[in-house]
Amino acid sequence: MEQVPILKIGQTLFVSIQIDLQDESVIMLQEDLANKLATTGARGVIIDITGVEIVDSFIGRMLSTIGSVSRLFDAETVIVGMRPAVAITLTELGLSLSGVRTALNAEKGLEILNGKH
Amino acid sequence: MDVSVTGQRMADYLREHQDKVVGRWTELVTTGVHGRISADEVRRELSELYALITRVLARADDHVAGELRATLDELSRGRARNGFTPSETALGIFTLKEAVHELIADAAGMVPEFLAFSQLIDDLGLGTFEAYSAAREQIISDQATAMLELSTPVVRLWKNIIAVPLIGTLDSARTQLVMEKLLDELVATGADHAVIDITGVPTVDTEVAQHLLKTVSAARLLGAECTISGIRPQVAQTIVSLGIEFGDIATKASLADALALALHKAGLKVVPV
Repeated sequence: MEQVPILKIGQTLFVSIQIDLQDESVIMLQEDLANKLATTGARGVIIDITGVEIVDSFIGRMLSTIGSVSRLFDAETVIVGMRPAVAITLTELGLSLSGVRTALNAEKGLEILNGKH
Repeated sequence: MDVSVTGQRMADYLREHQDKVVGRWTELVTTGVHGRISADEVRRELSELYALITRVLARADDHVAGELRATLDELSRGRARNGFTPSETALGIFTLKEAVHELIADAAGMVPEFLAFSQLIDDLGLGTFEAYSAAREQIISDQATAMLELSTPVVRLWKNIIAVPLIGTLDSARTQLVMEKLLDELVATGADHAVIDITGVPTVDTEVAQHLLKTVSAARLLGAECTISGIRPQVAQTIVSLGIEFGDIATKASLADALALALHKAGLKVVPV
């Protein structure tokens, strides 16, 4: 089971998903993120999914869940780096990823977060 | 009478009268092509076919039937590409019967042989028709692919603003292509605004609207906002009467209006010089 590293840059937590996530890794990521948000008081979360080639409803739900958890800590989540093929799949599956914003890349994601506060 | 013996006898007869028959066959076919192919070329093609047909009749070996089929298919495809009608190509085969018949009419007792031969020629003639159809189908399918590619460009309107002018009907295949191209372009340019112009889309019904909404959703996942432009008055009325909702997607009458909106959102203003 791989642990996904969470980096803190200023007021933002940065998560880069490079591998295909299995169930346990996802649960661990969600827990780690919740802990980090609680201890750091970060106001924003950026999840970079450039490395994710295949997205299914499971991953979609995971991302929405992370968004909801973050909001409970008064932090906003931005998903960045979605591949075109993944975007098309999500649209076809009817997954709207409610509760999270999306941006083209980490830089734009930061702009959104900083624009907020 | 045993089929193979019949075939063998016919094969022998054909070999015996090869020059005369091929000559007459060439004559008939050359007349039929009306000068589009030279007599020498025709003779060469027909001689090859003649040899194969003879071998098939004589059941010379197992592969020769396949070889004959392949040679005929090649011939048919070539004719199809050069604009011959399938009838013309098939007639080219059928005239062999005529050529043989002229000769064999005098030779009594060759009826079963000729009938078997005739049946073979009929099959071959039909085969040319099939090959012709297949060739045309391939051309049509290639053209359809080319047309699909041609009609979905993605253009850059301004820094960070791209446009997709849609021309023609928007079906699921087209939508898939549009989505892929639009998203690839968004990634490549980092644009945060896309204008989808539907001036060239003749009818907008619920299916087309669904496709547009899907495309906008996908673009939003990549952080880009979309505007739909080119809503014609009649189209607007149709959309309302069908009860289609575009939700929070901005829609404008013209590409110019959409560009103005996009510039405004980007915090830009156009001023006179």
